[in-house]
Amino acid sequence: MDRSRFMMAADSANLVGLVEEFVLGQQDSKAADTATGLKEEQFTILQLVEALGLHLTNSQPQTRGRGVQLLSSVLQTCHGDLTEGEVEVLLAFYEQRLKDHYVITPHVLQGLKALTKCLVLPPGSAVSILKSLFQDVHVQSLMLAERSCVYNILIQLMESKESELKGLGADFVFGFVQSVDGERDPRNLLLAFQIAGKIINGGYDLGKFTEELFEVTSCYFPIDFSPPPNDPHGITQEELILALRAVLTGTPRFAEFLLPLIIEKLDSDIPSAKLDSLQTLTACASVYEHKELAEFLPGLWASLRREVFQTASEKVELACLAALSALTACLSQSVLNSDSEDYLNIFLDLVLKDCKHHLCEPDLKLVWPSAKLLQATSSASYSACHIVAAAVMPSLIEQYNSRTQCAQRRTLLEVLQGFVQSVRSSQEDDSVLLDFRQSLCGIVFSALSESNAGLQITSMRVLTALGQQTGLLVESDVKLAVDHLSKIILEEIDDSVSLAVVESAGALARLYPAAFISNMVPQLKGNIFSEAMAQGDGAAASQEHSQQALRRRCVTALAAVSSQPSVVQETTPVLIQVLTSAHTGTGSFSLEEVIAVCHSLQRIAEQAEDTEETGRVFHDIIIPRLLGLALQAALNGKDSSDQRSPLVEETVLLAMVPVISITCSRLQSQLAGQTAVRSVSLFLDSDVSFLPENAFPSQFQLLKMHRSDSWRQSQTVCLLMGCVCSLPRGVEIPQVDRLLLELEELSCTCEHPLSYTSAAKCYAGLVNKRPAGEALESVIDRMLKRISTELDSTASSVRTQAFTLLLWVAKALLIRYHPLSTTLTDKLFSLLSDPELGLLAADGFSVLMSDSTDVLHRGCHADVRIMYRQRFFTENSSKLVQGFNSALPEKKSCYLKALSHILTNLPRQVQITEIPALLPLLLEALSCPDQGVQHSTLSCLQPVLLDPPSALINQLEALVGRMLPLTTSPSMKVRIVSLRCVHALSRFPEHEIMPYRARVLRALATPLDDGKRMVRSEAVVARNEWFLLGSPGGR
Amino acid sequence: MPAYVTFFRFRSVSGKRSFRSINDPEHPLSLEELNVVEQIRVRVNDQQNTVGVEFTPTIPHCSMATLIGLSIKVKLLRSLPERFKIDVRITPGTHASEDAVNKQLADKERVAAALENSQLLEVVNQCLTSKARTL
Repeated sequence: MDRSRFMMAADSANLVGLVEEFVLGQQDSKAADTATGLKEEQFTILQLVEALGLHLTNSQPQTRGRGVQLLSSVLQTCHGDLTEGEVEVLLAFYEQRLKDHYVITPHVLQGLKALTKCLVLPPGSAVSILKSLFQDVHVQSLMLAERSCVYNILIQLMESKESELKGLGADFVFGFVQSVDGERDPRNLLLAFQIAGKIINGGYDLGKFTEELFEVTSCYFPIDFSPPPNDPHGITQEELILALRAVLTGTPRFAEFLLPLIIEKLDSDIPSAKLDSLQTLTACASVYEHKELAEFLPGLWASLRREVFQTASEKVELACLAALSALTACLSQSVLNSDSEDYLNIFLDLVLKDCKHHLCEPDLKLVWPSAKLLQATSSASYSACHIVAAAVMPSLIEQYNSRTQCAQRRTLLEVLQGFVQSVRSSQEDDSVLLDFRQSLCGIVFSALSESNAGLQITSMRVLTALGQQTGLLVESDVKLAVDHLSKIILEEIDDSVSLAVVESAGALARLYPAAFISNMVPQLKGNIFSEAMAQGDGAAASQEHSQQALRRRCVTALAAVSSQPSVVQETTPVLIQVLTSAHTGTGSFSLEEVIAVCHSLQRIAEQAEDTEETGRVFHDIIIPRLLGLALQAALNGKDSSDQRSPLVEETVLLAMVPVISITCSRLQSQLAGQTAVRSVSLFLDSDVSFLPENAFPSQFQLLKMHRSDSWRQSQTVCLLMGCVCSLPRGVEIPQVDRLLLELEELSCTCEHPLSYTSAAKCYAGLVNKRPAGEALESVIDRMLKRISTELDSTASSVRTQAFTLLLWVAKALLIRYHPLSTTLTDKLFSLLSDPELGLLAADGFSVLMSDSTDVLHRGCHADVRIMYRQRFFTENSSKLVQGFNSALPEKKSCYLKALSHILTNLPRQVQITEIPALLPLLLEALSCPDQGVQHSTLSCLQPVLLDPPSALINQLEALVGRMLPLTTSPSMKVRIVSLRCVHALSRFPEHEIMPYRARVLRALATPLDDGKRMVRSEAVVARNEWFLLGSPGGR
Repeated sequence: MPAYVTFFRFRSVSGKRSFRSINDPEHPLSLEELNVVEQIRVRVNDQQNTVGVEFTPTIPHCSMATLIGLSIKVKLLRSLPERFKIDVRITPGTHASEDAVNKQLADKERVAAALENSQLLEVVNQCLTSKARTL
């Protein structure tokens, strides 16, 4: 007892000391000590108030302020520990202090803010705090931080004491309006908008202050705010716009004020103000009902129409159309409750009155803006669509039929296309176009047989759009359409028409597969194989050429229509048959055609609907057939050396890989497992049982090099890669250790580039998916030892092979963040100074950093971590810079090349932040004689120059000095990209670049006379921009 | 031959709005789109270093004819190698004061003097500003 009293005495002496030192000694740090004392219960808050006593009643306002400041800062840390009684006393004190001298007010507000956070706020206190605040404080004469304090108090109380505040009635709204009126700081405005939003959405009573609340917020509309440079608060104009829009469109009660304001602001000359107004209109149309809009419809329509008819800005036009759609959708709701007047009809009458006649004017002036406006309304709702279509379609159809000029008919057809596409399809109702079905089909079919390419293309688009609406194409129409399309595919040689017909056929085949199977596929097949007969009578070269073009169109079309499983089942056998006859030599298919067939198969694999049925077709038929054909070609090829099968060509094999790989990546787990077993046993144990034909020799080993000519067999390893590296990650690969061993052997011993590269990639693909652990590490260790031995002996004949394996495995590990990847990439860095492999290693960094197309990408389920590039860059850029600095002069270019490969592949955001630091090196790279280095450095600088960081601007002299000579480089690529860079320089701040104007203009005169057209046009663009600099009317 | 012809892509002279009434309102039209400058009326002789352009004003009384001609001439001066002699004139029979305009455009000193006039240069530059800059 005695001891504790002693302690108390000591503590209170201590407390008085702290208070003295803070208030009189001006030592700010004592506030924290006091707070700690309170936390440790050395004294209570009331004892602190007592100790402050004299200072709080001191005659000097500064001293009083200092006293309140101490109390407030203690409260900020300790408000959670107070009892209700203590809070009550403190609140009474603080409310009293609000009436005190103005120098004290900031501290009082801080204290109040802390107190409002108390969980034990006594009932009624929220109301009393606000009353005192609104009564005694004139918010807008406070400093920025204090104003923010007031808003935070409001926000806090609205969160914790909502019902109490609502009891205040409209007084609360009035108090808020008064405090916020005149606020100018963007940070505080965000808070104020937040409060206003809560008032509107939280069901507070606005009373007679609706207009005041609207006025006090809408005065900022439309917001024009550009943050100061290096703004630490990071508030954007967009943020403010959205916050204000949420307030303004929050309640229909604002409608009578907001809509006139929007109409007024749409007149503005500032595009951003227009856009904001339109987007706000779109937003409020989703909240309002017809009765709020009714009065303003004529005004709104007049503004929207004017904007669409006159604007040159696509953004404004799109925003107008979106707003019009939103308005129409809102009015369409009124049709549902039949007690009200039909505002939709009234509004659409306005629209139709102003737009419809433009569709029929003889010169078709303003046809497009009118059509867009009408389409925007008709896309808004079923009922709107019904009304617009009934009013517009008959006259459009009549127009089309009476016009004779192709250009006009095409325009009308495009307008029709827009209407057909804008029609809302709904399940329960018939398409609104049903009444016009026959006329529309008639127009489309007549246009399809016109000779004008534009008309044909547009009519195919209309046809597709009609097909996508239920009930607009009946069976006989579909049949007729397919006939038309087939005819165009077979006869039309115009590229743009061919492209459009393939697109249209693809879309329709998805919807009407049966018609395509019965009518189109047989015709295409017939034409692909018909040449066998024509060939005999010594056809002229041109005829042969057109025959090939025809076959190419047929093959492309076959791929395009294959999306439904039933179609895939019909089309893929045709394509496989082409490959078979190319292999056996019975049809005279060129190498390009064989490759085109593979591309078509790939496209089918990509686009076919991902069903089990399609999976089966590919798994059961296509993969075995492809593998079978490729193996036959590989194994039997050497017998008939005079005519070698196209299927042993590298280009053909590489075109087959994606077909296999895409298929395997999509297989369901059971089929995937089966594929893994089959392909591994085929390549390891020569098990051909699943291949369709049996014409294989009894003994062969695909992965072993017996003689120098066994490359035909060993290169098929790329097909193995397609199979096993694309399977989903969970699929187990049988005998994987033996497989890895054989792949390693092949990749380190084989001399055939495709074979050893594919083996290395296959190895890498498998390693990437293997689960982490000792097994994986021992595999990598073994491989690493072998590679190191080869790489370290300069006499070794397989150093390139060892390097290739190293590169791909490094990538496989790097992208999955495997800890061993650093060992491998460090080895690559060290190879940059290798006399023999330096250049290969430099280019290897491009492989490392870019997405490869066949293995190790997400599509084939590889383990790819996001941002591995950034990570690699941050961990290794210093190694590169060091390596560069210490390298021999003739080796430096390898480092620069590696650096530019790495930089080019980094995301733009990272480039912008990292390039300034690397600028000295990049400038060096520009003077490096290697054209590849120059090109990649320029390509990597060019996007950064478009939005230059200040570090670049400071280096202007060096940039100009190094880029101008490159505009006459011997390499065309370098000339083009350096001219683009010089063009980009013209966007630098004018006062910085003006001194260079004359020099640049003189230098650019030379590439104006360049031998290459592409260089000349870049030079013209760049030089004209530089001419406009600093010239009146220029910029 | 028409290697240099690709350069003709000017913005219309009197701004974007007035041309919306002509068939395609999608884009502000260029002189090429308005058929003021056509490929067949451009003669390039690479050996003799001459370029001749004939342009067709939209109407015979087009008050902008001189300005259009001047803009074409300036564009060519900036875009072609110096070795070329540039001749810009009105397509015969398409403008009321054809001779006067042709004379003005052919007079080197008057062209130079016109470009000293900052107001005139401003209008010419506006015509030549690329689309990317406009809203």
